[in-house]
Amino acid sequence: MENTIIKFAMGTCGIASGTQDILNLFDKELSRLNYPAQLVKTGCMGHCYAEPTISITLPGREPVYFGNVNEERARDIIDHFLLKGDKTEGIIPPEGDFSKKQFKIALKNCGEIDPENIQEYIDREGYKALMKCVTMKPEKVISEMKASGLRGRGGGGYPTGLKWENTRKSKSDVKYVVCNADEGDPGAFMDRSVLEGDPHSVIEAMIICGYSIGANKGLVYIRAEYPLAISRLKTALHQAREQGFLGENILNSRFSFDIEIRYGAGAFVCGEETALIHSMEGMRGEPTFKPPYPSVKGYMGKPTCVNNVETLANIPAIIRNGSEWFASIGTATSKGTKVFALAGKIKRTGLIEVPMGTTLREIIFEIGGGIKGIKKFKAVQTGGPSGGCLSEKYLDTPIDYEHLLEAGSMMGSGGMIVLDEDDCMVSMAKFYLEFSIDESCGKCAPCRIGNKRLYEMLERITDGKANMSDLQKIKDLSVVIKDTSLCGLGQTSPNPVLSTLNQFHDEYVAHIDEHFCHAHQCKELIHYVIVADKCTGCTVCFRNCPVEAIYGDKGEVHTILDNQCIKCGICFSKCKFNAIIIN
Amino acid sequence: MATLSENSRKFLVELCKKYRNDEHELINVLHEAQDELGYLPVEVQHVIAGELNIPDARVYGVVTFYSFFTMVPKGKFDISICMGTACYVKGSELILDEFKRRLKVKVGGTTEDGIFTLSTLRCVGACSLAPVVSIGSKVFGNVTPLQVKKIIDEYVEKAEELH
Repeated sequence: MENTIIKFAMGTCGIASGTQDILNLFDKELSRLNYPAQLVKTGCMGHCYAEPTISITLPGREPVYFGNVNEERARDIIDHFLLKGDKTEGIIPPEGDFSKKQFKIALKNCGEIDPENIQEYIDREGYKALMKCVTMKPEKVISEMKASGLRGRGGGGYPTGLKWENTRKSKSDVKYVVCNADEGDPGAFMDRSVLEGDPHSVIEAMIICGYSIGANKGLVYIRAEYPLAISRLKTALHQAREQGFLGENILNSRFSFDIEIRYGAGAFVCGEETALIHSMEGMRGEPTFKPPYPSVKGYMGKPTCVNNVETLANIPAIIRNGSEWFASIGTATSKGTKVFALAGKIKRTGLIEVPMGTTLREIIFEIGGGIKGIKKFKAVQTGGPSGGCLSEKYLDTPIDYEHLLEAGSMMGSGGMIVLDEDDCMVSMAKFYLEFSIDESCGKCAPCRIGNKRLYEMLERITDGKANMSDLQKIKDLSVVIKDTSLCGLGQTSPNPVLSTLNQFHDEYVAHIDEHFCHAHQCKELIHYVIVADKCTGCTVCFRNCPVEAIYGDKGEVHTILDNQCIKCGICFSKCKFNAIIIN
Repeated sequence: MATLSENSRKFLVELCKKYRNDEHELINVLHEAQDELGYLPVEVQHVIAGELNIPDARVYGVVTFYSFFTMVPKGKFDISICMGTACYVKGSELILDEFKRRLKVKVGGTTEDGIFTLSTLRCVGACSLAPVVSIGSKVFGNVTPLQVKKIIDEYVEKAEELH
């Protein structure tokens, strides 16, 4: 009899939520009960809102997914679902809104296979694309890639096939394939999940790329902050070598290829390809002017093809199923699917993959389940520090590279942060700008100095010290920074400011004119006050205040000392009588 | 300039040799050196520069460019507050303020007793648990300013046990 297969989502997020304990519990209980089951550690299943997540496949049946599996639920699943065959709590329905609208290409194997076992990848058509490619002429592979319409998923959206063709055309004895795994957008973690959950798809694609452009060496540039992804990638490389997919004379094709890992060291700007190349050469990760493009002069001065992780993860499926299949998915200009990391004030946070052309409304309200709690949707931020905030009026925008640009944001690497009424848009702009200042390499003046000045102007607004003429200055400076910065980081860093200023102009005005922050987020503009009529003198606020800014005897009305208050909001959240208000 | 112990110097020389004394391997060398020695003071940089045959300034330039490298020793426990966007919109700034206030250090600073280093990081990928604080390999989710004291106390106790 076939065994029951139980899979545990063990990406970084799953492990952080305690999936290892659940796995241990299953292991112990099932061996005690002598229950024949195979326990598999997989990558992220995408249900971040319901970690720890597991899936159970009974022999001959479809897999069933369970969310929020704590110890109690785990025992329940063993006692009722496994032993008696009853339904239990916590089942995530496969036809539910979260899964219905999704279409998985890059994430197809994530959460389904054991990333540390190459056989599981091979059983799911792994390395078939490579076998097909080595029987084709490299030019034919490139024309397939061009016909598929695949564009770079790191944010820029440059046609992948064209990049390959350019690198192939460059004449050189040595060429390189580079996988950009320096994912640095705060709030985007798809590349990490792919490497943690399905590293072989990336390796296979790199080999195909090497074959097509005539390179014998590949390099993965990965953030040192991703220890789990690094270790799984190392294991995968080792296994691929053992099976003869890497090394000399791959599959008797007389083509040789191998891959090395290079580590990042915490610099967001290294996601920019010229900066990344300098970092791999052991230098400061500062970008240089393009042209020459890396396809002509890249790593060690040789032609180099740089592709992002998610882009690469699409490639084996394109080769296997044909470019027509891929081109039939998506919109006129953007083909295929896009992975998004859905987070913020949303019910179901998670890693999702949808066809291009899906609307923001479908993603946020159907897949994501809408806003958490009773608050109203305010905006969605896409594209990280290079993107912008989109208000309600853009909810029906179909998502592709062009539409997002038109709306004043961009695709970026796929972080999608949902904001509600409690979020101040000026503070949001400030938050992203601070990130860009932190991460600016300092090489060019517009980015190094311009962003700093821009930040100070925003700070004056959130401190209630700005005047209306500052708004025009902000716009002017933003345009200068965009036009004159050297690389993508500087050229896009004012986007969060411009998009919020454009769509939430009233909020900026309220901060300046009325010294009022609707979201009560700008500390300088809010004051906590106790309403005498409602205060019962219960002393809860007094006891919880971390800085002793509240005084009053038991049974008497309490008072908050505004000059000592650090605006932490603890008293506000602790008061049961709604006696504390924000002025 | 403080002198480096003979063992540390030997380790660095061997380390550089492992990477063929190739200047392009500088970042890999620095990663391993920091893993072993904990931090990268100028003395360490000087030895590496000599072994790779590049100016000290180049090594210093690289060490200071990347946030992963540090020139000062870190505390026993590294408290990292996630400042990714998901955590930010769920109030991670208040958590950071509370840690700063209680530990009396700035971001990047180490407490006088050498127990804690306070740092921020961008996204550990546990966005559903936002706001998130990580200490070593342990991740605390849904943290509120009120829990900050409890977390600190827990680790002060651990530090005492280690003694």
